[in-house]
Order: sequence, then C-alpha cells, then structure tokens
Amino acid sequence: MSESRAIELLAWSGCPSHPVAERQLRGILGELGLHDVSVATSWIEDDATAEERRFVGSPTFRVNDEELIPPDPSDAYGLTCRVYRLSDGRFSPTPDPEQLRDAVAARFASAPSGR
Amino acid sequence: MIKADLDFTLPAAGGGAVSLSEISAGRPATVVVFTCNHCPYSRAWHDRIQDVARDYANRVGFVQINCNDATKYPKDSFETMEQRVAAGEFATPYLWDESQEVARAWGPKVTPHVFVLDAEGEIAYEGAPDGYHGAPELREWRGEPGQWLREALDDLLAYREVARPRTEPIGCSIRWNEANADLDQGPSPAELW
Repeated sequence: MSESRAIELLAWSGCPSHPVAERQLRGILGELGLHDVSVATSWIEDDATAEERRFVGSPTFRVNDEELIPPDPSDAYGLTCRVYRLSDGRFSPTPDPEQLRDAVAARFASAPSGR
Repeated sequence: MIKADLDFTLPAAGGGAVSLSEISAGRPATVVVFTCNHCPYSRAWHDRIQDVARDYANRVGFVQINCNDATKYPKDSFETMEQRVAAGEFATPYLWDESQEVARAWGPKVTPHVFVLDAEGEIAYEGAPDGYHGAPELREWRGEPGQWLREALDDLLAYREVARPRTEPIGCSIRWNEANADLDQGPSPAELW
C-alpha cells in the first residue's frame, strides 16, 4: 500500500485547541520542507463516531489512520479534549512541539516527496 | 450574604460536605472554580489555581467543583476526585456536583471557569484564571497578559471595584447529563493565541 502524503487532524468543536494544533502542524511541515504533505481536518461531533474512529480526544493526528502520537492505552474513546504532556511533564491541550515534529519527521522526512 | 440560588452544599472528596455560605461567611471574597479531572486545560491551569488558593487562604474562601457527567467522562468520577485529593493535589475543598444543579445555577461554560464573589455575594469576576494556560512566561503570547484571578482578589481585598470583571474562559466544554442537555452550547470559542 502506498504511503499517504496526508495528515488527518481529528478534532471536536467542543474543544478549543484545534486552531493551535493546526497552526502547530502546518508550521512543522513548513519547517521540515514537507510542502507536499496535506492536512485535512475531520470533525468528530458525536459519541458514536468517536467510538467508531477510536477517537481519544481533540486534537488527534493520524496518517493512514495510524496515530502519529500514540495515546495512553487507558484513554477512553469519546468527545473530549486530549491530554498531552510537554517534555517537562506539564499537562497541555496540544502536543509538545518537539514530539510532534519528531513524529512527523519520522513518518515523512525519509520518504521521497515525489518532487 | 450568598444569594439563595447560588448557595450550595456539596459532598467533598476526602469526606464531609461543604456549604458555600459557610466558607464565605465574613470573607471579603470567595472563589468558586468549576474544574474537572479529565480536561487538559484544567490540568494545565491546576497548579497555578492551587497557588492562588494557598496565597490568599487567610482572607479568601475557595472551593473547586467538578460538575462533569462522569458517565461520559469516567475520569471525572468521584473516585478519581478522591484519589487526587488523597494525593494532595488540591489546596481547597474539591466538591462533586453530580446532579449538575449547582452548575446549572452558576452557568460555567467550560472547565476551568472561575467565579469570584465579593463580600455581598455578588459576582465580581468571572472568566479564566489568568491570561494563558501554558507556561507563565508564555502568557504574553495572547496580548492580554494578566493574573486575572489574583488581580480581582487584590481589588476586592483593597475594597476597590474589580478593574477587569470578565474575561473569556477557555477550556473544555462541559458535558451535561440528560436532565441538563438544554445547556449544551455547541462549539467552544476557539483558542486564538
């Protein structure tokens, strides 16, 4: 199966972090020179869809439906804001930028961009 | 004097019950924070809220309330509240509004949502705890730096009118139970900083 050059940002409108998450992600893609990687937001707005999409909270980043930052196994599916931890241990509604950057780089940076 | 529709007595994690009218009696200011266990905004702001509670403990009444529907958010259960209190995470009583009747009366929009009452029981400040949930040194990112809760308390303790009585609370939408489903407000205001 070919590797998708797209990142899916799963978000719930009941959580206010999605603009920050999207800006963070687009900034990382630009910094890494991954201009061919697209970003698409999928809105998760009901509990049934959250269960079906295995959604542990907003924002969640996926490539080919695989988590860029794997959630804690104890996280339940549902409409919620996702809890991340920054590198210094503090709680945050968005990922540690370095962690997200490393995850994006590991997923795309070594693969040919087709350019 | 607490208005009847805002007064409450709720069970506290760790045992007993707490009455707002009792903890506010004779105090120039009382803080009520609607918060919870699961929300990253509540968790990110948590330590600074506890710092405020400790710093003003001699003159200000202070309670924190979890009003989320624990059937939707298992981490917001009373059991988890008790675990956090037992671990020493709270500087104030942490109360359980299981029926959401208190939240219905007060009208928090998100967690965390801070309310400050003055000596007469009027809401003198409501909104976010301060200008940014992230690291304090990043607070100026939003362009409105401020220790908003502390500023409100300082005004009240100096018998001044609160200069900034309202800010926009930012956080997780409250999940209401079926009895209070009419309070669902749809999308949260997006975080803009």
